[in-house]
Amino acid sequence: MTYGLTSVDVSFGDVRALHDVTVEIPAGQVVAIVGGDGAGKTTLLRTLVREVAPDAGHVHAPSKAEIGFLPASTGSWAALSVTQNLNFAGGVYGVRGAALDERRTALLATAGLSAAADRLASRLSGGMRRKLGVCMAIVHRPRLLVLDEPSTGVDPVSRVDLWRMLSEAAAAGSAVVMSTTYLDEAERAGHLVVLDAGHVLVQGSYDEVRAGFPGTVTRTGSAVRPGWSWRRGRERHEYWPDGDAPPRLPVVEPDLEDIVIALSLARRADAGARA
Amino acid sequence: MSTKVVEARSVTRRFGSFTAVDEVTMDVAPGEVVGLLGANGAGKTTLMRMLLGLLPTTEGTVLMLGGPPRRERRRRLGYVPQNLGLYRDLTLTENLAFVADAYGTPVPALPDDLSRYADVLVADIPLGAQRQGAFVAALSHEPEAVLLDEPTSGVDALARATLWDTIREQADRGVGVLITTHYMQEAQQCDRLLLMSQGRLVAQGSEADIVGSTRALVVRTDDWAAAFSALNDAGAAVILDGRTVRVADAGRDEIARILGAAHVDASVEPVPATIEERMLVLAHQAR
Repeated sequence: MTYGLTSVDVSFGDVRALHDVTVEIPAGQVVAIVGGDGAGKTTLLRTLVREVAPDAGHVHAPSKAEIGFLPASTGSWAALSVTQNLNFAGGVYGVRGAALDERRTALLATAGLSAAADRLASRLSGGMRRKLGVCMAIVHRPRLLVLDEPSTGVDPVSRVDLWRMLSEAAAAGSAVVMSTTYLDEAERAGHLVVLDAGHVLVQGSYDEVRAGFPGTVTRTGSAVRPGWSWRRGRERHEYWPDGDAPPRLPVVEPDLEDIVIALSLARRADAGARA
Repeated sequence: MSTKVVEARSVTRRFGSFTAVDEVTMDVAPGEVVGLLGANGAGKTTLMRMLLGLLPTTEGTVLMLGGPPRRERRRRLGYVPQNLGLYRDLTLTENLAFVADAYGTPVPALPDDLSRYADVLVADIPLGAQRQGAFVAALSHEPEAVLLDEPTSGVDALARATLWDTIREQADRGVGVLITTHYMQEAQQCDRLLLMSQGRLVAQGSEADIVGSTRALVVRTDDWAAAFSALNDAGAAVILDGRTVRVADAGRDEIARILGAAHVDASVEPVPATIEERMLVLAHQAR
C-alpha cells in the first residue's frame, strides 16, 4: 500500500503554500520531508491527514482511525501524567484493557520513558515530551504515521530513541512520514523530499538525490559569484549549475547540505528571472 | 592578546544533592569558535549560565575576559538564548532600539535582507529572520565574546549558512564564540569541540578526538526491517541509516550471532563511530 499526494496545490488566501506537490509514502518505509520554517512541511502533512483541503490534486490516505498524527505543537496534555496521556490516546482509538497495558509498557520502554510513567507531561523535558507524543501517535499501530517535526530541538540521544520508534513502526509495516529541519536525519530516511517555498526541490533516496544533482560545487576562500556561494566552516562553497566552474577551483563532492543550498539558490534565481 | 574570553577552572555547580556541572575546566580564546555538545541534562546550560555570570559556582572559578564575571565585564559579552530574547510584540527596529538603549550604543543598521522586516512585529517574522535579528541585537555593542544557545535551530540550510557567515565574521574580528548545538553537521563547522556528559567534560578537540576509540558496525542487508527488528529486540543500540542499519559500540561476533539466529543474511563491517553514536554510548553507560 502506498499513500501520498498527487499534484497537490494548496493556498491560504493569496499565499500559495504548496505548488504541484507529488509525494509517495510506501508501507514499510520512512519518508523525510525536509525544509526550513515556511517551506510548506506542515501544510503538506496536514493535507495528508485531511486537516487541509487541497485546491487541486489528490490525497491518498487511509481513514482517520488508521492514521497516527503528531502535530508540530506538543501532542500531549500537560496536566495529565505520561500513563494517563497514553491511556487517553489508546481509548480514542479503541485500544483498551490488557492490550493497552501491554502496548503502553512496550512503548514506554522503547521511548526510555518507563521511569517517568507517573510524571506530568508538563514536567517532562522537551525531548521526553516529543517521545511521548510519538508513543501516543503509534499506540493503535496506524497504517499511516505522520509526524510533524518530532525532533526539532531534541537532543541527539533522544533523537536516536525517536528514530528507533519510527523505524520499528516502519519495520512492522506502517507507512511513516516525518518532517525535519535536520538534513542528517533526512539522509537517514529511505526516501527524502526537499521542500523550499512550497516546491519540491528534489526527492528520492539519498543516493538517488546525489546521483541526479546537476552541475558542480567548488571550494574557495572567496567566492567568484557571491550570490551563488555559501559558508562551510572556514571556507565557502560555490555552485555552478551548468558545470562551468573555472578549472583552477577545487571541486568538492557535495553532501546533502550543499545539494539543498545549491538547489534553493537555483530555484530562487529561476523565480527571480521569471518575475 | 592571549587572555581567554571565557574560562572555567575546576568549576562545579550543585543544586541540593544533584551535581549539574562536575569539575569542568575549559576556555574559549579570542577568534575561536568552540562547539559545546551533550545530551539534555549533560550540564551545558548550567555551564553557560555560570560563564555568563548569571549563576554562581559552587566550587571553582569562572573568569570572564580575564577577571571575575562582574557587570562591567558582562557588558562586553553578547548572548543569544535559545528562545532568542526578542520581544515578540515589538517590531524588529523597536527591539534593536531597546537593546541599544540598554547598552548606551547607537541603534544598529539592519542588513539588507532584514530591512523589509524593520517595522514588522517579531511574532510575524519568519524564524530564520528572527534568528538573524537576534544576532544583530546581541552583536550591536561589539562584544568580545559571544555565547549562542542553539542559534540555528529550526531554520533552513540557506538561512543556517547565512547565520554562520555572521559567526565567522565575528571570529575573524577576534571575537571568541561558544555555541551549543544538537545538529552534528553544524558541530563540524566549529574550530574545536567540547563534549559533556553527566556534568563532566568527557572529551575535547576535533571530531576525531570526540569520537575517540568508539566504533560502530554497519549492517548491510536486503531486508533492513528484519535486521533492525532482530537487533532492536536484542537490545542493541541500533540506528536505521537509509537502507542500512548501524549499531554503536557492539562486538561484531555478537551482532553476527544475533542476525544469524534470526536468519537474516547480512554483512557486518566495523567503521569509526559518529559524534552522535559516541553520545549514545555515553548515555547508555549512564543509564
